[in-house]
Amino acid sequence: MTDRTEERPDARSGSGARVEVVGLSAGYGRTTVLHSVRLTVEPGGWLAVIGPNGSGKSTLLRSVLGFHPHEGQVRVDGAPTTGMTRKDRARCLAYAPQAPVLPEGITTEDYVLLGRTPHRPLLAAPRGVDRRIVADVMERLGLAPMAGRPLTTLSGGEQQRAVLARALAQQPRVLVLDEPTAALDLGHAQQVLDLVDRLRRQDGLTVLSTLHDLTLAGQYADRLALLAEGRVVASGSPDEVLTAQALSTHYGARAEVVHGPSGPAVLPVR
Amino acid sequence: MTTTTPGTTGPAVARPARRRRPGVAVGCGVLALVLAVLAGIWVGALPLPPGAVVVTLADRVLSVFGGHLSGGLAETQAAVLLELRLPRVVLASLVGAGLAVAGAAYQGVFRNPLADPYLLGAAAGAGLGATLVIAYSPVQSVGPVGIVPLAAFVGALLGVGAALLLGTATGGSHSPTLLLAGIAVAAFLAAAQTLVQQRNTDDLRRIYGWLIGQLGSSQWSDVVLVLPYLGVSCAVLLCCGRALDVLAVGDDEATSLGVHPGRLRLLVIVAASLATASAVAVSGLIGFVGLVVPHIVRRFVGGSHTLVLPLSLLVGGAFLVLADLIARVLVAPAELPIGVVTAFVGAPFFAGLLWAGARRR
Repeated sequence: MTDRTEERPDARSGSGARVEVVGLSAGYGRTTVLHSVRLTVEPGGWLAVIGPNGSGKSTLLRSVLGFHPHEGQVRVDGAPTTGMTRKDRARCLAYAPQAPVLPEGITTEDYVLLGRTPHRPLLAAPRGVDRRIVADVMERLGLAPMAGRPLTTLSGGEQQRAVLARALAQQPRVLVLDEPTAALDLGHAQQVLDLVDRLRRQDGLTVLSTLHDLTLAGQYADRLALLAEGRVVASGSPDEVLTAQALSTHYGARAEVVHGPSGPAVLPVR
Repeated sequence: MTTTTPGTTGPAVARPARRRRPGVAVGCGVLALVLAVLAGIWVGALPLPPGAVVVTLADRVLSVFGGHLSGGLAETQAAVLLELRLPRVVLASLVGAGLAVAGAAYQGVFRNPLADPYLLGAAAGAGLGATLVIAYSPVQSVGPVGIVPLAAFVGALLGVGAALLLGTATGGSHSPTLLLAGIAVAAFLAAAQTLVQQRNTDDLRRIYGWLIGQLGSSQWSDVVLVLPYLGVSCAVLLCCGRALDVLAVGDDEATSLGVHPGRLRLLVIVAASLATASAVAVSGLIGFVGLVVPHIVRRFVGGSHTLVLPLSLLVGGAFLVLADLIARVLVAPAELPIGVVTAFVGAPFFAGLLWAGARRR
């Protein structure tokens, strides 16, 4: 078992990396959607990008991941991602999209195994170490009983966990989550966010996510960045960013911000 | 092995887990192909005694090493076997295998269950090429190669090439744009083909006969002609199974897994189109195989391309050999067009599978 030492078969990722976004601009055609965005996520931190619809949250994540053409730089522990191969980038950043494409007719285990793609040649079969890592990740996420079931027969919450499991099987240093709770009810949303928080604390993973639910964002992320019309208009701790004034200015919303024990809560006012 | 045993712990509503051993599935596919080929050799207008067929074939193999077996077929029967039936069965299995694996690859790469090998203009291009030379060519062959297969092959590749050029120039390798480009090219080429056909009604019968597909004039030279292209393209496609599984999660996610979806898609399309072009060159436009065989295979082994591709190859070969067998014997000594048989036999069979699948749920 020589591969145990080099492959970290317990599926714990390496410590989280610092993510820096510097002067990032991006657009569609002639429309500029992001204007010189600057963000930093500390190693092991959780930055949630919030902002009204159309403010450029998803474009920001897609640019950070290199899916979308952009100007400016994204650095992971100081290294610009433009200098990395796709494979190196995939070993460092894992992505769970808002509306994942779930292939028909494959088992949950085979789906999670796709997360091992950046760790072996594209044409090679999964090795024992890949299967061990996948089994371990599925165990941690409570997916072990569903391993052999077709992915499309899982419930919404289970599917969201399967997508997360696939991302974790990449053994990334940074987890990029686009609206991880978009399709979930409150209970399942909390389950998923608790899970992400636990993974972050246990493995020291860095998390960069968008979250449209402001109260959940304030409770789970340790830093928030408020994006409006493609610019970062506020960033800092949840208490600093979530203010009635900011919600009124950028969301056009009437709301009070109540400071509870687990963070600021946004209470809409009629 | 740390893989957990599935199925038993899931709720009763779940369909049974599709985790049969891959080796068993491939073994069944090989067996189906072997049985189909044997049936294709034994059965025909002139019945050949199965034992003597095996002895004759063994004798031919042994004669390479200087051996000899007695008790084989009489000379005329041996000629029927070796010069008519065997090349036809071999060609049918090659064409069926190539079309089915290309169909599975197209469906995977476009994430579209309705995709088939003729989607991107291969059929329309081949049709135009064949029609042009049947109507206008003064020569029947170029060297040992017939002019019609050659024109069909070139036409198919040009059709797909035009679709790829148009698609990538207008929308990158993004698959919906590519599909639409394929439809535009196919429509244009089909219109040109119809025009040529209408202006040459004397050749209508030959053109039509080619368009609906035929294996009646199969010779060993056809086998030699397509084998290198089919061999290379099928080998490339079989290697791409895992890559197609990654592509199944969508371009963004495939990129986030370290894959280059655009390049991968291009490689698969080129390989699948080469397989299609070589199959079409020697057999005309045999429909249904490339569309339906991959679906039949998926019903049994699930959606992973690492299994769907090799099994489509085997089942496609077996399917076309059997369809050709039916085409030969049903109205013997006349023959039915193979393209009619594939749909006539395949459609009810597929409908039955759909029905059984719906009931199982």
